[in-house]
Amino acid sequence: MSAITALLAGLLFGIGLMVSGMANPVKVLGFLDLAGRWDPSLAFVMVGAIAIGSVAFLLAKRRQHSLLGLPMQLPTNTVITPRLVIGSALFGIGWGTAGFCPGPALVALGAGYPKAIGFVLAMAAGMLVFEVLERSKARVARA
Amino acid sequence: MLLIDLGNFTPGLSLAGGIVIGVAAAVLVLFNGRIAGISGILGGLLSLPRRDMTWRVAFLIGLIGAPVLAALFGMPAKADIQASWGEVLVAGFLVGIGTRYAGGCTSGHGVCGISRGSIRSLVATLTFMAAGFLTVFVTHHLIGA
Repeated sequence: MSAITALLAGLLFGIGLMVSGMANPVKVLGFLDLAGRWDPSLAFVMVGAIAIGSVAFLLAKRRQHSLLGLPMQLPTNTVITPRLVIGSALFGIGWGTAGFCPGPALVALGAGYPKAIGFVLAMAAGMLVFEVLERSKARVARA
Repeated sequence: MLLIDLGNFTPGLSLAGGIVIGVAAAVLVLFNGRIAGISGILGGLLSLPRRDMTWRVAFLIGLIGAPVLAALFGMPAKADIQASWGEVLVAGFLVGIGTRYAGGCTSGHGVCGISRGSIRSLVATLTFMAAGFLTVFVTHHLIGA
């Protein structure tokens, strides 16, 4: 059952990205181009998503378990670290370069765009480099 | 001077799409107790030890399947990718490593984090948006002009 709700959530997420225009890099870059002809549409995506999301998380925070009885796993980290800021900055540079963030890239991959497949493979490589660096750091810390 | 691109401005569709994204995040947190953060869901699959794979794989199948389904209904997803192959690969790598260090992306920090009222996520979102604005300014108006 939990796999079905996760599948449904993923499907809805993908549909939302397509309808909103987020899945199209040109649209995203039009939003990020303040000094050119600015397309503010994507601010409306955030407004719509956060309006629904804030109600959902208000309900979720009151529960120890989900509606399916699974543990409610909400983030507890509140510390603002250099990792958070530098990581976000690197992400923003990549986002502004290609117009893709992770969700839309996966949608465009599903639509069969070769460059989206390339982007996702490079993104997975970046994530694997993070894993390797984290593991070697943990090894040094143990030694 | 801010010039609004009225020809491409789609407030209604973008708001509607945003609401659907919000519903998706609501379904995942209320039924599965998990955050709809795409970089975290994918990153968790690439991390060891592998655990709770099922919901991650199911979510990603839905996400990647959405455009396949849309195409079957005669509404193929449109993605106009103007970046060169070199730019695409460098950008993908930066997005992959950056989101993992940041612990989230547009969905995990931008949508879910801000919805939770997390200051940490707000800082992350303002940072990647600022970096995105700055990158486009540099590439479109300083170098590529």
